[in-house]
Amino acid sequence: MKNFTKIKEQIYRGGFTALAFSSLIFLAGIILLLLKESLPLFRHVGFFDFIFGRAWYPTASVPEWGIFPLIMASFWVTLGALFICVPLGVGSALYIHEIASVRQRVFLKPLIEILASIPSVVYGFFGMVVAAPFLQQAFGLPTGLCALTASIILGIMAIPTVCSLAEDALSCVPDSFREASYAVGANRWQTLMRVVLPAAGSGVSTAIILGMSRAIGETMTVLMVAGGAALVPRSFLEPVRPMTSTIAAEMGEAVMGSLHYNALFSIGLVLFVITFAFNIIAEIVCKRFRLKLGIDR
Amino acid sequence: MRQIVRTLMMTGALVSLAVPCFAARIVVEGSTTVLPIAQRAAEEYMDAHRDADISVRGGGSGVGIASLIEGTCDIANASRAIKDDELQKAASRGRAPKANVVAMDGIAVIVNNANSVTELSKKQLKDIFTGKITDWAQAGGSAGQIVAVSRDSASGTFEAFGELALDKAKVRKDALMQASNQAVASVVSKTPGAIGYVGLAYLNGVKALTIDGVDPSKETVLSKQYKLSRPLFMYTNGKPAGLAKDYLDFIQSPAGQKLVEEEGYVSIR
Repeated sequence: MKNFTKIKEQIYRGGFTALAFSSLIFLAGIILLLLKESLPLFRHVGFFDFIFGRAWYPTASVPEWGIFPLIMASFWVTLGALFICVPLGVGSALYIHEIASVRQRVFLKPLIEILASIPSVVYGFFGMVVAAPFLQQAFGLPTGLCALTASIILGIMAIPTVCSLAEDALSCVPDSFREASYAVGANRWQTLMRVVLPAAGSGVSTAIILGMSRAIGETMTVLMVAGGAALVPRSFLEPVRPMTSTIAAEMGEAVMGSLHYNALFSIGLVLFVITFAFNIIAEIVCKRFRLKLGIDR
Repeated sequence: MRQIVRTLMMTGALVSLAVPCFAARIVVEGSTTVLPIAQRAAEEYMDAHRDADISVRGGGSGVGIASLIEGTCDIANASRAIKDDELQKAASRGRAPKANVVAMDGIAVIVNNANSVTELSKKQLKDIFTGKITDWAQAGGSAGQIVAVSRDSASGTFEAFGELALDKAKVRKDALMQASNQAVASVVSKTPGAIGYVGLAYLNGVKALTIDGVDPSKETVLSKQYKLSRPLFMYTNGKPAGLAKDYLDFIQSPAGQKLVEEEGYVSIR
């Protein structure tokens, strides 16, 4: 009987280990596929010409494969999104966790999380029909489909990510910090800005970085509202063509195995490397934060 | 017991008679511009011929032709003529793509309804889309920045427009690239300074321009007076045979061409 239990335990153990490692298999598979499909491009196009080339004309009779405008477009809209999602996301987290009454909290938190459950195509539609015409009028632009519109919509989409992660970080700050601050006579504002926020600092940074990662990888919305001009942007009021929307728009009609097809996979690889770097940085910052508060796992 | 077995066998035989054993099947793939015609014709054809199985999918002209060369589809829809390098590739695999024209389509140049411009010369059109003309004042309108709206670079409409209107010159970099005819029309209808190009079937809420003095219409497209007209193709490997032939014959018949008109294209008759 004892032996039987032991075997059963081993089976469970093996089963769960396999499950845990299965996502690792997916990850490896995706990386291998990305490499396999993207590397053939570099037999024809130099790596630096690809990354820093200024012209993207994949189907011209003499094709050009420069994705610099696409990379810059992705960075611009992500940067723009930060200006929206950081103040709003971190601000809401501070309010919900530190100031709101219990009754407000049970109401506010799910409400913000609903933002995350809206499909991105709906955000895109909202941007196209409401935000773009409004901004076009307000700024007297030739077209409302521009980096600014994309930034605003992406920023709103990233709020729930930033808010809920920032709130987690705040909840890790021990109450003793706040009590100590009040004990030396600090008021609520001083406690919030000089004690709680700095203590949660790296946790909040993690939230912001993951919010960025969310914004740079978003596809449908930018495809619909960013305009789609493959030009290195000079201002937020110009139409741009981020990497994700290029892949989404062209993959359907690129001939499998052609250079164009390989080039789109290469863009995917660049995008993957960028978001991967974001996530690693977030992980490192997060670990430091936990060490600082003495709650290392 | 024996009675039951016999009844079962009889029923089985009857059922198997009712279901055709060898249903013919073809795959039609390619241009999204030709897709509505192919889809509609396949539905009507299969309604009349229960044993036929025609599977239609999009993907784009280039994808369709590549599949035909690879042998993974029987009919390749294309909104442009096959290219030389595609022909060479086909020849090296022992395939001989044959063009079958199923309809004509005009590419209409559209502007916002509020725009005072009603006509452009082909040269002006080219200059606008290659970036030489950037303000409506240079093209006979009231001053205001021109916003060029184009189809995505992988679409057959983009390639046809590049060939017919731009003499293969590159579209200006700041053109807004949109993923479908519908998206181009909706951006142009909402943007006062915009100019775009779409198939004749997508002229809702926008104004089509006269090019070199010719209005885009069914008559001018058919007579080729309108410069931006193109045939729509269904390529087959060699002469069509079997179900592919019957299906193509149906599309080219008066009944099939009526469907072509209903879908907003120009009949070849």
